[in-house]
Amino acid sequence: MTVGGPAIGARSEQTIEAIQGENKVAPARKVSGGKVISWVVFILAMLYFFIPLVATFEFSLRAKPFGAAYANTFKDPQFFGSLFYSFVIGVITIVTSTALIVPTAYWVRLRLPRLRPVVEFVTLMPFVIPAVVLAFGLIRSFATGPVPLAASQRGSDVLLVAAYTILSLPYMYRAADTGLRTIDVKSLTEAGQSLGAGTFRILWSIILPNLRVAILSGAFLTLAIVIGEFTLANYLARPAFGPYLNHLGGNKSYEPAAVALISFGLTWAAMGVIALIGRSARGRSRTVEVGGAH
Amino acid sequence: MSFLVLEGVQKQFPGAPHAAVEDFNLAAEKGEFVSFLGPSGCGKTTTLRMIAGFERPTAGTITIDGNDITNKPANRRNVGMVFQSYALFPNMSVADNIGFGLRVRKRPKDQIRKRTGELLELINLGDKGERYPYQLSGGQQQRVALARALAIEPEVLLLDEPLSALDAKIRVALRKEIRAIQRQLGITTVYVTHDQEEAMSLSDRVVVMSEGRVEQIGPPPEIYNFPATPFVASFVGTLNLLPATVVEAATARVSIGDQEIRGAAPVEASVGSHVTVAVRPEAVELGVGGGPNRLHGIIEDVSFLGSIVRTRLKLTDDASLSWDQFNDPALAAAAIGESATVSFPVEASLVLEGAASAEKVIEQAIAEA
Repeated sequence: MTVGGPAIGARSEQTIEAIQGENKVAPARKVSGGKVISWVVFILAMLYFFIPLVATFEFSLRAKPFGAAYANTFKDPQFFGSLFYSFVIGVITIVTSTALIVPTAYWVRLRLPRLRPVVEFVTLMPFVIPAVVLAFGLIRSFATGPVPLAASQRGSDVLLVAAYTILSLPYMYRAADTGLRTIDVKSLTEAGQSLGAGTFRILWSIILPNLRVAILSGAFLTLAIVIGEFTLANYLARPAFGPYLNHLGGNKSYEPAAVALISFGLTWAAMGVIALIGRSARGRSRTVEVGGAH
Repeated sequence: MSFLVLEGVQKQFPGAPHAAVEDFNLAAEKGEFVSFLGPSGCGKTTTLRMIAGFERPTAGTITIDGNDITNKPANRRNVGMVFQSYALFPNMSVADNIGFGLRVRKRPKDQIRKRTGELLELINLGDKGERYPYQLSGGQQQRVALARALAIEPEVLLLDEPLSALDAKIRVALRKEIRAIQRQLGITTVYVTHDQEEAMSLSDRVVVMSEGRVEQIGPPPEIYNFPATPFVASFVGTLNLLPATVVEAATARVSIGDQEIRGAAPVEASVGSHVTVAVRPEAVELGVGGGPNRLHGIIEDVSFLGSIVRTRLKLTDDASLSWDQFNDPALAAAAIGESATVSFPVEASLVLEGAASAEKVIEQAIAEA
């Protein structure tokens, strides 16, 4: 039996178009149960996150006249003073912590991998020891004796930085260790050595630049913690942002809500900076992959 | 006086049952290209790392141009190293990578720029100085690693399996480039590889290693044609290892099953003892025209390998002999199950003492494959 080719061909094209048309519509209308659950979870999480913020914001606006809580906050010289103090202490803490942690994490990964669990445990101590214990320990140890740091303001600043450096250990060590995992530390170190570089040069010129993004994320977490920290700054009697916020909460109604939102905004801005720097650095710091040639 | 000398070098890692490197002796001349060849774990990379200064020998001395560098830190040796993983600094551009060693040496900026430019031209990447390592292919990255190692004008250049991460075509092209650059600069080079073709094609001399020991040192033709030990015989090239029994030691007459052949040199083993006869496939010819040694058997396999056809002849239950012939479409291929006679010269029949060691060699060769 002979079949007319063109007729079949024409019908086939129409049929295919019809089928394609049906196919285009059908999947779009289909919504799976899993997708619905995902959206429900997402919306619940967003509500959990935003409702307190919106409520705080709404409460801060109740001050009369409108926006007075924010105006009073910005007019208060103690607000900027304490924020600036905490920021400076935070930056010094980050520098100290980086100088301490990066060489340690590098050396442990390169030469003492068996000690890694021990170092990890030590860096977790701030989660176990309450800040108040740390504060009283420091005050008792350094109030008198050969190094009476707690007796002077500058000395107390040094103690505060030292205490914050301890608090930053879990974040900074993990950040540095994660960063070191993304690069071939051994080969890079040996390559540097074969070219004549010493340990400091290798750390400064090769290792540290490749940990920039990791260190930054640890650094901003540290900054966020330092800016909001109350216990240590309060017991060491330092004019930091945490004690200021606490003092404000005890004496004013609406301003604490405004200050909380402002500090929250600053933290978010810091996270934004991480994301921006990370994006620009990602390309250059990418680990060299070993693979086929083109 | 030799330029790079290793004398009685040994490396024993703490807790390891055996030494990683035992009694390693080598004297390389200035400008010589020496390859360390051997299977994984034979100690070739450990030896290289001791020359580089990344590992300290347990015993022995290493000298370069008469200076003892055994205990000198790696960063004070002036030895260039190219790594298998390239180890380019990801945060630096290609030009900065190449110039790093010169910056460490505090050379003037103009000099660094000039030298970097020269090396970029040498590796044919003149226009890629501003790129970052991740923007280059594997072959290009390895060229940059080579240029970086050469930038400091090292006394000795060390290459640790530099081509093993690259595909076959690039590998062949790049090894030619490496050899050409090495000849051009006349730099003493030590090259580690497990690829015998690479070692043979590149080197002035090859050091074959096994289980931390040097098995043989010699030019590639010597290593291939006159292997000193069963291991070298089996590891370098393809080799037929036939279990045999000594019939007459002085004339090197041995029997394989009920067939007799003669070895190239008198055998030290006593009559009736078990030995192994080693024959290269390319020495064997189908028919009786290949030489006085003749063996008869049944064809059990025919493998088409492109330019050559490899045929395997079963001699006894535990002895098979393979041989190669050029692929010629005009010739009919041998059929499996047919009986055939092959022949080969007496000089091509190397009698190795000890059946047990030969079995070990075969096992190792199979494990490596």
